[in-house]
This record gives sequence, structure tokens and C-alpha cells, in this order.
Amino acid sequence: MALTETRPMQARAWIRRQSRWSVYEVLFWLAALLPFYFMPTYLTLASQVAIAALFALSVDLILGYAGIITLGHAMFFGLGAYCAGLITKAGWGEPLTGLLIAGAFAALVGWIMSFIIVRVRHLALLMITLGLGLLTAELANSMRWLTGGTDGLQGVDVWPIFGRYDFDLWGYTAYAYALVVLFLGVLLARRLVNSSFGLSLRGVRENLNRMPAIGSPYRRHLQTIYTISAGMAGVAGALLTQTTETVSLDTLSFQRSADVVVMLILGGTGRLYGGILGAIIFMVARDQLSDMNPQYWYFWIGILLVVVVLAMPGGILGGLARLVGKRGA
Amino acid sequence: MKNRVVTWTLAASALGVGFGWAASAYAADTVKIGLIMAYSGPFADTANQMQAGIDLWLAEHNGEVAGKKVELIKKDTGGPSPDVAKRLAQELVVRDGVDIIAGFTLTPEALGAADVATQAKKFMVVMNAATSVVTEKSPYIARTSLTIPQVNYAFGKWAVEKGGVKQAYTLVADYGPGHDAESSFAKGFKEAGGTVVGADASPVANPDFSAFVQRIKDANPEAVYIFIPGGAQPPAIGKALAERGLTPPKTKLFGQGELTLPEALESMGDTAKGIVTTFHYTMERDDPLNNAFVKAYRDANKNRSPDLFSIGGYDGMHLIDAALKKTNGDTDGDKLIEAAKGMAWDSPRGPVSIDPETRDIIQTVWIREVKEVDGKLQNVVIDSIPNVKDPLHGAAK
Repeated sequence: MALTETRPMQARAWIRRQSRWSVYEVLFWLAALLPFYFMPTYLTLASQVAIAALFALSVDLILGYAGIITLGHAMFFGLGAYCAGLITKAGWGEPLTGLLIAGAFAALVGWIMSFIIVRVRHLALLMITLGLGLLTAELANSMRWLTGGTDGLQGVDVWPIFGRYDFDLWGYTAYAYALVVLFLGVLLARRLVNSSFGLSLRGVRENLNRMPAIGSPYRRHLQTIYTISAGMAGVAGALLTQTTETVSLDTLSFQRSADVVVMLILGGTGRLYGGILGAIIFMVARDQLSDMNPQYWYFWIGILLVVVVLAMPGGILGGLARLVGKRGA
Repeated sequence: MKNRVVTWTLAASALGVGFGWAASAYAADTVKIGLIMAYSGPFADTANQMQAGIDLWLAEHNGEVAGKKVELIKKDTGGPSPDVAKRLAQELVVRDGVDIIAGFTLTPEALGAADVATQAKKFMVVMNAATSVVTEKSPYIARTSLTIPQVNYAFGKWAVEKGGVKQAYTLVADYGPGHDAESSFAKGFKEAGGTVVGADASPVANPDFSAFVQRIKDANPEAVYIFIPGGAQPPAIGKALAERGLTPPKTKLFGQGELTLPEALESMGDTAKGIVTTFHYTMERDDPLNNAFVKAYRDANKNRSPDLFSIGGYDGMHLIDAALKKTNGDTDGDKLIEAAKGMAWDSPRGPVSIDPETRDIIQTVWIREVKEVDGKLQNVVIDSIPNVKDPLHGAAK
């Protein structure tokens, strides 16, 4: 953290410099279009990577920037997924509004939870997020009349986007849709973290005790970012529902909460693109490794995780950034 | 093609992770079968057993169906995730160009992939996934396993009519299959004139049965019907029941086959004697076809015994083979499902057929009792109910 500047003009210039688009970012988004032309048979995978990336981004906002460690964020992913599914079952299959409603619902639940979340730190936080996640999953399991229980929600029917683009077998619509939403999510996240609000979050992460001392209402900040993050996770869940037309208890599972943390650690936390890169690596590796050996592919993910954590403490993106000799790609 | 390889090489090196990727040549004399199962995760063992059943069938038939070489493409869902199953099914169709989709150890997997089978018009063989509704999700699905209502509804009737029981208490695991088992057993039981004096549900994971069993004892029923997942739970409940004196012949114990799988019997010991269970496959049944199947399976799998998943996979391959023979090797989904309808054959589990209307399996339900044979506890077939259909199809609407 090179936050040595003290004068306001310099601080503002620093923020502006941080929020400038780097050439790597532009290249990344151009590369994201490649699957349409070169890998059309991988589009369904690409759409699920984009969804996982959005989910990872939402966790990065609280874990990487605000230092809220969580093992239960799948709760919001799943709430968004079920909400989007239930809306279509109620007879409203329009995807864009469905996405917004699902995101708003997850954000609302996130806001309520945030009152508990900001009161605890460290291990207790881990336990509370884990517990809330497991409780939600069990609640969905026992509310079979609403969620369909272990069989998953049946009869999800999503209308074509703008009434024109149907979700096809190849996944063109699904990937385009997921990619656009991911891009919007990144725009929002960039705006958030490269602002005084974002800086105060990093302050909370670095030293909680000093924040009230310099007059920063850290609890309110944490609540805000937690709510936004929950909403974003909900949108990711809703995307999954809409692009696959299925919802199951799996969206709420501990496994999903844990996987997203693995993605973040692989890619690098607190870097926006770390979660995205982690999601790409995790999902592509999973796809390729499980093709080679469907039984034991997780072994290689484990090896990869150990190597990354030992050799590149800042994640793969952190390692790359060090190679390039520049902080934050 | 070239572009794809180049892009992949770039992507892989950029990520610092190398992956092998090879496209297999398409040949008209091979049949590609895509298998979607939970090969990893907590349900991996069921997938292993099913895979072993498939492999055994292929080994016995030179790796061919209807004279064509079989290429299996295995895809792992990691658990009951319909979204992953759907994506894998899409990839199998658009990327790998499979002719048939099969496998499906878990119901959500089958439900997720069903849409793809319909859209791509691919024949889909469900080899386990035992929820009734599965075959109604796509007109291209045929099932070679069982449905829980199928074996339990018939069993409920049998319990009154032949088992001579008038009142029963039910205890099931608190999840989808458990509730299905409870409702279908109770339906059959009541229709035959029995009364259910109490119904209870225990947690799916790590339950302590003593409180549940005490409640059963207080209700003092003639019989207890139990449905719990296999593994560690059958011995635990067997012990709890024995401690409170709720054992046959004083109190009759009924259940679905998982309750008395060989591993469970071993740890339950003598307390298991007299338990009556219902199942579509009985490994110990003395029948030439079954004996040969069990022996070959054990030889190929380090002496491990086949179970319901193995037989589902084995019969699934038979169905694919027989349907392909009927279409003269044509893999068109519409033709294959037409060929599968009404197909009948002799399986190691007994005579089976595919219902032309529901594309679900029609089979004999075996009623077995745990007895001591040559000093070893076994499930001995005491009765059979032939040609049982799933009682829920059509009824749910």
C-alpha cells in the first residue's frame, strides 16, 4: 500500500490514476470475446465461468477489500438462484427484471445479515458465515413445497432476452448474457474500490482500531459493502438459474462457498481480476482434469492450490503482477 | 480446428497450467456414449458401482453395442448439481458429438440433462435416478433402475395381504427419497386395509436413533417400516431397535433393500434376522443368469459384490445394445426411443421390460427376509410380485 500522500489534491489524483483503464484490462475483455469465434463448443462452459467469476468478484469485494472472511457466501448465490427460479414459476419469465429482483432480494437478506456480520471478526466471523450458510441450505431442504427439496426446483421457464434471443443449446446467448452482466459487475466494483469509500474499506482491512479514531464509520461501510456483495452474489445465482433453467440445493451448498474462496486464493484477493482469473483457472482446470480422470481431478486442484499459496502468496495474479513489475494488473 | 488448438495452447501457457486436449476422430462404426455421473464427491461410490456394471457388460460383449465399437466419454458432476449436469450434457452433444447420453446416479443430474436430450433429440438412458418424475421430463428418456414408489407401494400392499400386518409405524430419513418411500408405502398399506399408527422422520446425516426408537416403543406397533440411507445407519438403527426389544418376531421390521445390504448385515449380526425388505434386485437370488453376473462382477472388481447401481448400469447397456440392434445401428434419438419402448429382456434381476407409455422399467419386486444360510446372514427371497409398474406416473397430474 503506497498510501503515503496526505494532501487532498494528491489523494484525488491517486484515485484517478488507480481507476484508469490499463492495457491489460482492455486486452482481457477483448480476449473474453474470443470464445465466440474460436471455441464455440466451449460457450456453455464459458458462461458458467463468467457466472463463477461474478460470484468470486462479489466475495472479493468483502474478503479482498474489506477483510470480511466468509465461508457462507453461497447463501446469497443460492437465494438469488431460487428467487429467479421462483419468479419464473410465478409466471414472470422475463430475464432482465428477474435478475434485478433476485439481486435486490439477496441484497436485502445481506443487509439484514450485515448487522450480525459487522459485530464479529476473524474466527467467529468464519463460524457465523458458515453457520448461516448451512442454516439456509437446510431451510431450503426442509421447505420442499417451495424449493422442491433435493430434486431441485422444477418448471423453471425463462423467456428469451428482449423477447428475441433464446437460450440455445450451444450457449451463445448464455455466454453473451453472462459476459455483459459480469462486465457491468466489474464496472460497479471498479467504481467502488477506486473511491474514498473503497479506501476506507482497505483501512478497515489493514487496521480496524484506527478507523474510528480517524472518524470513519467503519460499521456502516462494512454493512454497505456486505449488502452490495450479497446483491452481486444473488445476481450471479440468478444468472445460473436463467442460463441453465435449473435450481438445486447445490447452489446453497458449503461446497460452493468453499470453491469460490479457492478461486479467489488461486487468482489473488483484493485485485478485482484475481477472482475472475481464479474462476477461469478453477473451472477450466476442473473441466479438463475431470475429462482426463473423472474420479480424482480434485487432487490436482489441491496440488495447484498448495503450489500457488507457497510460491505466490498474492495468488497467480499477484505473482504475474510482480513479474511484470507493476502492482495490480 | 487449427485455430482452436492454437488458442488453447496460448491460453494454457498464459495460465501456467498445461492441459492435454485431443480431439478424437469421428468414425461411423463407433457409438459414442456420454456418461454423466457424480464420479467425485460424497456420491462417488455409487458412480463407481454403476461404472463397474457398465464396464462388465462391455467386457462381456467385446466392447461393442450392435456390432459397433463403443466409445465412453465420462463426465463428472461432483454431486447433485443439475446446472453442471446440463452443461455437461450440452458439451457432450455439441463438442463431443455423442449419440447417446447415459448414466445419472442422482435425480437432479437427470432432471438437469433432460432438456438437452429433448432439444438435441438424443436417446437418454437413466441408469439410477429413482424419482418418479424423471421420465416425464423428456420424451427421449428411458429408465433401467427403479422408482422408490414402485418397490414400496407394492410392498405396502403385500405387508397387509401376505405379511399379515394390520398396523405399522413408519420411520424414514428426512429427505426426498425418504418422504417418497414413506408416502408410497403408506398408500399401499392403507389401500390394503392397514393403519399407520405413527410416522416419524430422522435426520439424513448422523442421527441418534435412540429417541426415535423409544417413540416407536411407546406407540407399540405391530410392525415398523424403515427407510434410511445405506452405510453406517442400518447397523445403528438395528442396534437401537434390539436394545429396546423391538426385533422380529415380536415386532416385524420392514424396509427397502438398502437396510440389509451385505455390509450392513455383517455389522448388524443376529439382530438383523427376520427383517423383511423389498427390492428390485437381490444379489443372493439363486438364478443362473444372476449367479453368472455376480461371479463375473466379483472377479472383475476385487471380490466386491454388485448392488442396485451395478445392475442399473448393466441393464442400461443392454437396453442401448438392444435398441440399436432394432434400429440397425441408427442412432437417431426418435428411432432409438421408439425401439426401446416395450423392449423386454431377462436381466440378472429377473424379467424386465420398458413400459411403452411411460418409458419406465417394469419389473419384479422381490420380498426378502434375512435368514441364516450356511452360518451367514443373507436376504432370502420369500415372495415376488411380478410386473410392477411405477404407481405414480400419470397420477401426479
